This record gives sequence, C-alpha cells and structure tokens, in this order.
Amino acid sequence: MDISVFQIIWFVLWGVLWAVYFMLDGFVLGTGFLAGILAKNDTEKRVLINSVGPVWDGNEVWLITAGGATFAAFPTTYALMFSNLYSALILLLFALIVRGVSFEFRGKLEGSTWKKSWDVAIIISSFLPALLFGVAFGNIFKGIPMKNDFAAVNFSYDGTLIGLLNPYGLVTGILFVLLFAVHGALYVAIKTSDELSQRAGVLANKLWFPLLVVAVAFLGYSYPATKLYANFLNAPILVIIPLIAVASLLLVKLFALKGAMHKAFLFSCLTIVFVVFTGVTGLFPNLIPSSLDPASNLTIFNSSSSLLTLQIMTVVALIMVPTVICYKIWVYRIFRAPVRAEDVLTDPHAY
Amino acid sequence: MSVVTLSQLQFAATGMFHWIFVPLTLGLSIMTAWMETKYVTTGDETWLRMTKFWGKLFLINFALGVVTGITMEFQFGMNWSEYSRYVGDIFGAPLAIEATLAFFLESVFIGVWIFGWNKISKKAHLVTIWLASVATNVSALIILLANAWMQKPVGYVIRNNRAEMNDFLAVLTNDYGWIKFIHTLLSGYALAAFVIMGVSAWHLLRKNENDFFVRSFRMAAVWAFVATLGVAVTGDMHAVEIAEHQPTKFAAMESQWETRRGVGMSLLLIPDVARECNNVDMFCIPNMLSILAFHDATGEIKGLKEFPKELRPPVLPTFLSFRAMTGLGMFMLLTSLAGIVLSRRQKFVEYRAFLTLMVCAIPAPYLAEQLGWVVAELGRQPWIVYGVLKTADAVSKSITTTQVILSLIGFTVLYGMLGAIDIFLLVKYAKKGPDKDVSSIINVQGRA
Repeated sequence: MDISVFQIIWFVLWGVLWAVYFMLDGFVLGTGFLAGILAKNDTEKRVLINSVGPVWDGNEVWLITAGGATFAAFPTTYALMFSNLYSALILLLFALIVRGVSFEFRGKLEGSTWKKSWDVAIIISSFLPALLFGVAFGNIFKGIPMKNDFAAVNFSYDGTLIGLLNPYGLVTGILFVLLFAVHGALYVAIKTSDELSQRAGVLANKLWFPLLVVAVAFLGYSYPATKLYANFLNAPILVIIPLIAVASLLLVKLFALKGAMHKAFLFSCLTIVFVVFTGVTGLFPNLIPSSLDPASNLTIFNSSSSLLTLQIMTVVALIMVPTVICYKIWVYRIFRAPVRAEDVLTDPHAY
Repeated sequence: MSVVTLSQLQFAATGMFHWIFVPLTLGLSIMTAWMETKYVTTGDETWLRMTKFWGKLFLINFALGVVTGITMEFQFGMNWSEYSRYVGDIFGAPLAIEATLAFFLESVFIGVWIFGWNKISKKAHLVTIWLASVATNVSALIILLANAWMQKPVGYVIRNNRAEMNDFLAVLTNDYGWIKFIHTLLSGYALAAFVIMGVSAWHLLRKNENDFFVRSFRMAAVWAFVATLGVAVTGDMHAVEIAEHQPTKFAAMESQWETRRGVGMSLLLIPDVARECNNVDMFCIPNMLSILAFHDATGEIKGLKEFPKELRPPVLPTFLSFRAMTGLGMFMLLTSLAGIVLSRRQKFVEYRAFLTLMVCAIPAPYLAEQLGWVVAELGRQPWIVYGVLKTADAVSKSITTTQVILSLIGFTVLYGMLGAIDIFLLVKYAKKGPDKDVSSIINVQGRA
C-alpha cells in the first residue's frame, strides 16, 4: 500500500487517541476540580477520589499514548508542537504530576492542614489541564505563527504563552472546562450514592446551560477564526460529525433532566469524542496549520515517519488497541458499583 | 548558560529524579508478586501481611515513578525537538509501543490490585500483580532498547535529512540494549532487596515482629546476592560492548590516555585532565583491563588522545562515577552474601552491628544506580546519538534560555518538595511496620 494510506490511518488514529483520552480523563479532571463544590466533608471528598481511584492512572496513559503516537507517526509535528507550546506544556506537566500524587498522598496522613492542602492541589491540578488542553487545541485549530522552510529543514516560530491566550484559544479552553465539568458531574452522579449523587446530578443539569452557550459561541467563532469549516463545505457528508456532537449534547440534557444519568453520561462521552472529531476533521490533512503562510502548514504528508515505521506501528496498534480496550472494559465492570461512604470508611485500601 | 546546557541539566535532573523511584518499582513489584504467590499457594497469613506491608511501600513509591515518567516523554519534543525530528522515525516507535504494550497494562492492573482485594478472587488478584510487574519490566526493556539505540545506533539509514528505520528487528535485538536491560533490571532487584533488608534490620534491632522481618530479610538477602552477582556479570559483558562501540566512553571510564595493547588495570588512579595523563597510577594488575575489555590479554585499548578534544566526554566525572559504582557493587555483593549466611543462624537478631550496617546500606544501591546513569549518559557526550548526532545540534530552536531557566527552577522546587514528602511517607510507613490484622483483606471467593 502507498504511504499516504498509512498517513491517513495514523491521522485517524491520532484523532481517536486524543478523543479517547479526553473522554476518559475528562471525567477524572471534572471530578477533580468539582470536588471543592460537590463534596461537603472529608468522607465525601474521599468518596469522590475513590470513585476515580482505580481508573485514573490507566486513563492518563491514553495521553502518553497520544504523545508517543504523535512522536512515532509524525515526528516533525511532535517536535514542533511540543517545543512551540513549551510554557503551556510545562504548566500542564506540573499539574498532571501534582494531580497524580495528590490522590496517593492525601489519605496517607491525618491532619486537616495536610488534607486541605491536597484538596486545593487536586482542584487546581485538575482545572489547569482542562483549560490548557482547550487553549492548546484552540490555537492548533487557529494555526500557529510558524514559518517552515522544508528545503533547509528550518522552523521559526514567534509565539509566546501570552500569545496562546488569544480570545479564540480562551473560548476553546472554556469549552473544554465546561465539557469536562458536566462530564465529571455526571460521572459522580452515577458513581456515588444518596445525597452526593443527587447534588452532582443537579450540578450537571445547571452547568449544561453555560456549556451550550459556549459550544454555540465556539462553533460560530470558529468560522472567522479558523479554516475548520473548509473541509465540511467541500464534503458536506462530513457535517454528520458535528451534528452527532450537537445531538449528543442535547441528549445529555434530555436524559439528565429525566434522571437517567447513565444514559446522560454515555452521551456526554459521545459529545466529547465528536467535538474532538469535528476539530480533527476540520484540520485534515493538516496537523498544525501555520497562521502565517499555508505553504508552511505541517500536514500528515510532509511531517510523517517513513513507510516502514508507519507499517510497524499500524500492526502494533491493530493488535494492542483492541486488547487494551478489552481489559479496560473488564476493569470498568469490576468497579461498576457506586462508591458509598461506608466503603471508604471500612476499606483499608481506599485512598 | 546556553539553552543546550540548561536543557541538559533539566533532562539530567528530571531523569535522575525519575530514576530514584523506578528501580524500587522494578524490584518491589516482582518481589511483592512473589510474596502474594507464596500466600496464595501456602495460605500462610504472614505472606499476606508481607504482601500488604511491602506492597504499600511499593505503591507510595510507584506513584512518583509514574508521574515523573510523563516528563521524560514530553521533554524530547519540548527541549530536544531537533533530536525528535531527526530520529523520531526510529526513536518514536519504541516509546509508542511501550505505552500500548506495557504502560497500559501496568497502570490498569495496579489500579485493580490496589482496589480489587475484595472484588475479585484470590487467584485473579494474584494475576493482576503479576501482570502489572511483568508490564513494568517489559516497559523497562523497551525504554532501554530506545536508549540503546542512542548509544549504539543500528537498523537505520540517513535519508530525507533524517535517520530512517530500515531494520526494525535490528533495533529490537540490539545486544547493547539487552545487556543493559538485564544489568539495569537486576540492579533494580538488588536495590529493592537492599531496601527490604535495611527496613527489616531496622525492625529487628527494635525486636519488632521478629518472625515477619527475619523471613523478609532472608528472602531479600538471597534476591540481593543473586541479583548483584548478575549485575556484575552483565556489567562485564556491557563493558566489552562499550570498549568496542564507544571507545571514548570506555577510555574515560578507565582514564586511559594512550592507545596501548595488553593494558593493566590500576587500582589507584588519579587523572590529570589538563595534562592529559594520570598523576598517580599504582597497584597495577597486568593485562587486566585488556582482559576485561576484550576478554583478550593483548587487546588494544584506544586512549583518549586518539580523539580530538571536542569529541571526548568529561573524563573526571565519568571515571569517578564508574569507579564508585563498581566499588558500591562490590560492597553490595559482600554484604548480601554475609546476609544470607548470618540470617540462616538462630541468633541472627543478636548481630546488632551487622543489622545496623544493613540499615546504613540502604543508600548504597541508590547511589550506584544514579552513578550508573552518569557513566552511561555523560560518557556518551558530546553525542546524543553516538557518532550520528551531537547533543548541541539536537536542542529545540524555538525555546529561549528564560523559558528553560524557569522550567528548571519549577522542576527543582516541585520535585524537591515531592521527593521530600515521598521519602517522609516511605520512612513513616516503613517504621510503622505491618498491620496486625489482615482479616479484612481476605479476597472474596468464587468470583472470577
């Protein structure tokens, strides 16, 4: 097969990996930064942490895989994306590091100062990634001010962290925060019981309205700010992707209102996946468009690995991704029961 | 300082910090799995208590190993984007494969292991710790194969202005990587065994839970001795590889300036870098170095003077690190052998001086681990990919010194705090000793 087939396969996989990462870590991040609002006491905080306890680590690996896949399949993009977003990624790394250890460390000592410090750490370290991922993707959609001289393999870039915080980047950032907030609240609603679960359901219902407003703003603003619409106008059949995103978002509200929280959560998963697919479809075949000059765009065709590497990676992905999905489903089934207050109080292994 | 130097500092700092936690994870995961196997097969509750106690130390340590690993992956793109672009075709694949093949398995099943005690059957629970620890070890293998490619590049051609893979099998079977993997893996087992021996000795000195800790000590002493012996053997095999493929590193490790045949090994050497010779050179064992390097008494060892100055690694730190690492290895070999012999005796708990020594020995393997990486990575300079790409050409062009200074300060502060908290918690839980009552953690029966 021609190399372009593999380049397209890896573009699709690249989108899928990010979408699955946001779908899975989205509810962990949402649960994390809503913990301050949702939990009224230490036991409820522990219930929240334990509701994500068995799965957060495995969910985060999708990010490492998305990063690794970008490195392996599109090394030039990996190099530029990561070095150009340096300051934002440093903040992101700090947040992810703090979040991971907070879950493990919070319960290891008694004492209110200790626990309160980790509570604050959990909220900040869950909120920042949600916002930063949104800002980063918003800026990728918009295009990054870079010049790319392929003959000399020379890249120049003039952007800063402040430059990333442009209005469109911020709107995308807020969109991600609200998506994950609703997603997290729905997760808490199905994974806890009694009052805490109800409180989460009410919050999910309330947060849905601002989410809708920002989603509409994002769709509207994308027209002047990005070239995302071009592919959809060229091939109108693709419009089905954003339509599924919008329909899922509406169904989230429909089921949440009826109290069918499992269904609402399922459609929240679909919303996130199809929001990411919408962005990725709009980008194709670019991975990072240049805002200065279309000739400098990093595309899947000019930034990919060699045919051999793409072939090897495809074989690995075809075997491993289904395997991973299978055992992850098994794990979610083991831990499908809601976490109750008495569980964390009696279980010596709970966080 | 330049972006290159700062990025090197940052990579060294974050890598070495990551490497405080990984060897203990490698060793403790497999030893915990071993203890749980003993519990499941014998039904003896002491093994269950051992699984729980050592497993808790494993988990506190594991968390930091995981979160600091992401930093390593991201830094390739952030600080070394020219490297990533130039060799991504061949270096990116192992990283991606590690994530899908090993890291998922490890992270998912560690979660099940922690939270699954009362949710799945005993046997299924045992399977989860084995899956997690095998995945941890596989993960180390793949990362070390990636690192080995930087040390001894194989299976590539330079094409389209970058290194492109042309033989994946060569990358997977790079003997440099496999020897280094076994060397590194066994050193992790030795480190974990020394931690178990040290903590056990601490409790035995206080006559706390003698049965529990004598059993732990005995088990760990055997692991430590066998592993350290393996580290020494693979270390020798590794040196042969280095002498052949990385002559500058080998010359720096041994402080050899002149190219000679039938070189002896001096037990006391003091290098003089400015004058390009050794000031003190005493207690020479004739032909020993040639034998170690090539398993041939008359083998020719290339001296540093053979290479232009700008292609030589920093001699003094490489030399000293290598000497100190091997010295610590000898110390570990002797003390673990003594541990096996003494812990078999009835009055083992009365050997207070020895027990105190074993408590004090806990930092020894940690130091040896760090020094090993100094030899491997500093000894490779000025190359990032030996003979292919210089470190100075690998750095990102779009980042500024200010950015790296700020991130380096950030890492230092954050890692410093987390390291302190982690050590504090490890010491606290190690001192606390095992739980008396394990009845609440017996697995449910009959569920798959």
